[in-house]
Amino acid sequence: MGAELGQLALTFAFALSVLLAVVPLYGSYTADERALLLAKPLALAMFGFSFFAMLALVYAFVTHDFTVINVASNSSSKLPVYYVVTASWGSHEGSMLLWVLMLTGWTAAVALFSRELPLLMQGRILGILGLISVGFIAFSLFMSNPFARSLPYYPVEGSDLNPLLQDFGMIFHPPLLYMGYVGFAVAFAFALAALMGGRFDSTWARWARPWTLAAWLFLTLGIMLGSWWAYKELGWGGWWFWDPVENASFMPWLVGTALIHSLAVTEKRGTFKSWTVLLALGAFSLSLVGAFLVRSGVLVSVHSFATDPGRGIYLLIFLLLVVGGSLLLYALRMGAVRSQARYQLFSREVLLWGNNIFLLTATLVVFLGTLFPLFHKELGLGSISIGEPFFNQMFYYLVIPFSLLLGLGPWVRWKQQKAAPLLRPFSMIAVATLIVAVGTLALMQSVQANLALMGLLLGAWVGVSAMGEIWQRTQQFGSLGQGLSKLSASHYGMTVAHIGFAVLVIGVAMTKTYTEERDVRMQPGDTATVAGYQFQLTEVYNISGPNYSGQAAELDISKNGRYVTHLHAEKRFYTITRMVMTEAAVHARLSRDLYVSLGEELPGNAWALRLHVKPFVRWIWLGGVLMAVGGFISLADRRYRQKRATVSDKAAETVKATAEEQVNA
Amino acid sequence: MQTRRQKRLFSVLFIILLLGGAVAAMLYALQQNIDLFYTPSQIVEGMGKDKVKPQPGQRLRIGGMVVEGSVKRDPDSLLVVFDLVDTGPVVTIEYEGLLPDLFREGQGIVAQGILINATRIKATEVLAKHDEEYMPPEVAEAMKGIRHVPPSQIYKAEGS
Repeated sequence: MGAELGQLALTFAFALSVLLAVVPLYGSYTADERALLLAKPLALAMFGFSFFAMLALVYAFVTHDFTVINVASNSSSKLPVYYVVTASWGSHEGSMLLWVLMLTGWTAAVALFSRELPLLMQGRILGILGLISVGFIAFSLFMSNPFARSLPYYPVEGSDLNPLLQDFGMIFHPPLLYMGYVGFAVAFAFALAALMGGRFDSTWARWARPWTLAAWLFLTLGIMLGSWWAYKELGWGGWWFWDPVENASFMPWLVGTALIHSLAVTEKRGTFKSWTVLLALGAFSLSLVGAFLVRSGVLVSVHSFATDPGRGIYLLIFLLLVVGGSLLLYALRMGAVRSQARYQLFSREVLLWGNNIFLLTATLVVFLGTLFPLFHKELGLGSISIGEPFFNQMFYYLVIPFSLLLGLGPWVRWKQQKAAPLLRPFSMIAVATLIVAVGTLALMQSVQANLALMGLLLGAWVGVSAMGEIWQRTQQFGSLGQGLSKLSASHYGMTVAHIGFAVLVIGVAMTKTYTEERDVRMQPGDTATVAGYQFQLTEVYNISGPNYSGQAAELDISKNGRYVTHLHAEKRFYTITRMVMTEAAVHARLSRDLYVSLGEELPGNAWALRLHVKPFVRWIWLGGVLMAVGGFISLADRRYRQKRATVSDKAAETVKATAEEQVNA
Repeated sequence: MQTRRQKRLFSVLFIILLLGGAVAAMLYALQQNIDLFYTPSQIVEGMGKDKVKPQPGQRLRIGGMVVEGSVKRDPDSLLVVFDLVDTGPVVTIEYEGLLPDLFREGQGIVAQGILINATRIKATEVLAKHDEEYMPPEVAEAMKGIRHVPPSQIYKAEGS
């Protein structure tokens, strides 16, 4: 019964999305206030029904209703209950429903928190979100129904959740990631609504900014969590693989980051308008490209979903409609928009323009590297793969000028900046950067210049200049304390995010340089030394869990004769899926991780083990989290919450705005 | 003093130059980092219409099924040697390190490495998809329409 109710709810949500796509947009065309006012209740009801559908799916999982195909193939009665719940979005069908839930959730949020928007704008934004919802709900309902039954023949036991997904990180990783992906739909809708109305003032940018920031910070957290999960769960000790699926989430992130910065220019200076709109269209389009790549099976990846050509074609057509339609509207409407503001070569506008150029070049690198193998194969030139060195090399070259500009950016004024006043603070920053970088390097046991030094220099440059900038701002207000309280939340947010980037750069460079790893053959009692740490294998014994059996290895780790810690690594054999999984053991400190994963059993009572010592690897995730925190702080800025027009004003404005447009058209 | 139009022209030219340079650099770097994918028969018999065989020393990827009974381990280290097959010819892989969890005889794997001689590859990385019935898609394609010989009978078929 539950699954049918869920199906019914999803069908209602579909009907409501069609109404939401048609009625308010029609209303905006005919200046029909009643039609525009309908947008909000429609959006809320659509979310309500999607939420109910998700609940029904979770209910089917929790009650082990194996007559539902989705449940039977992704869960089992032996699965712990918290993984049973997360299994609801572990499969393609379930994750698509989660995607729909997120999309309708964002739509409902826009409906609830956009009271300061003119009614016309609100109706258009919700209408466009409705249009996107039509596409995705239809996809879920007709192409990948999560509620399909296998009656009358159904299994008595499910085939269990993929063991890879039986992890704590999997509980939060997909929802956060989808919040981010889908969140860009809001920025996309804002951009299209503005294109329809031809209104691109700084008020528009101020409305769009918090939504973009929110989506971006969720995406940041989602990617970071995914990286942390891969590190723990895949047993390779890597944190980023340039895997097509990772790249699929990285591209919208890069464009989203560019969009945040470009929106700042549009809000403060009223320029970069057409560029900002293009980025807003691009960020969501790349989210769709990602969904297509992951779900169509055109690219082979460690964690792509089961492939089905029909789904791929649906998504491709949807993608082409969205991208083509929005670009067409852009081409038709954007030509008339003029940016008036003038600025000199050395100004914040130009530096932010540089930021955008580098971020987009990075996107292009990832795009080429991800899709080149696909083209190569389709052209009949044979199958190829693009190695990690390509991405690493390109990002190495990109991050250097990017970080240098980033250190400079916040100090430079809008419009124009004379170089002379910056000479003194920046010579101090340069000296501090050198001291921090060389000092840190000297603390390491072996001095390996190149990458580590470069990373430390760039990180310290960005970090020191970000903190120095805060200090310099507070000087204008007399005392330090007074100054700190005067600065806006979005200023703090920016600084925290920039420091996060610095931390991330340092983490990447140090981990890449100083990681030591050894694959060894060990018998109980043996000791292996990696980077000064002695790993002693004390014993290996059999274990059994609810849905797996396996072996566990116990290791004592000491350094210079002093006991450091005890590690417990497991190798699990999941009995239902018949898959072997590695549960790595990690001892984490801010300065380094000790990482052990247990390999296979070798003849002669010996085991293969992978031992890593990874300095500064925590900094990578810490940096990412700081960036997200920065985004969160910015969201708290008061100017995003200013209330304006009353209801009657809004109605009058609607009629006026529509009349104006009709005159213009 | 430049006019507005001139300024715009310069900035557009600048962007085009920058983009062009970036794309050129990218394509060059791409060329350096392409690893062609071969199946065992393509390594032995050559690939494509011209039957191009890879040269020893070339970096490449190979995908195939691990021949049953071919996995031999060195008793003192993590060195392991095994054979890969798709539709006939056999290529030997040597690898030192941890094998992936799903590495098993009869299972499809992908290895990245360097060709040492005509039929031997020194692998730097061995990948197995986290899926019970995984076969590298390229191998599946190569095997399409060919009478299937179970990997366990490969040697017998060759011997006769």
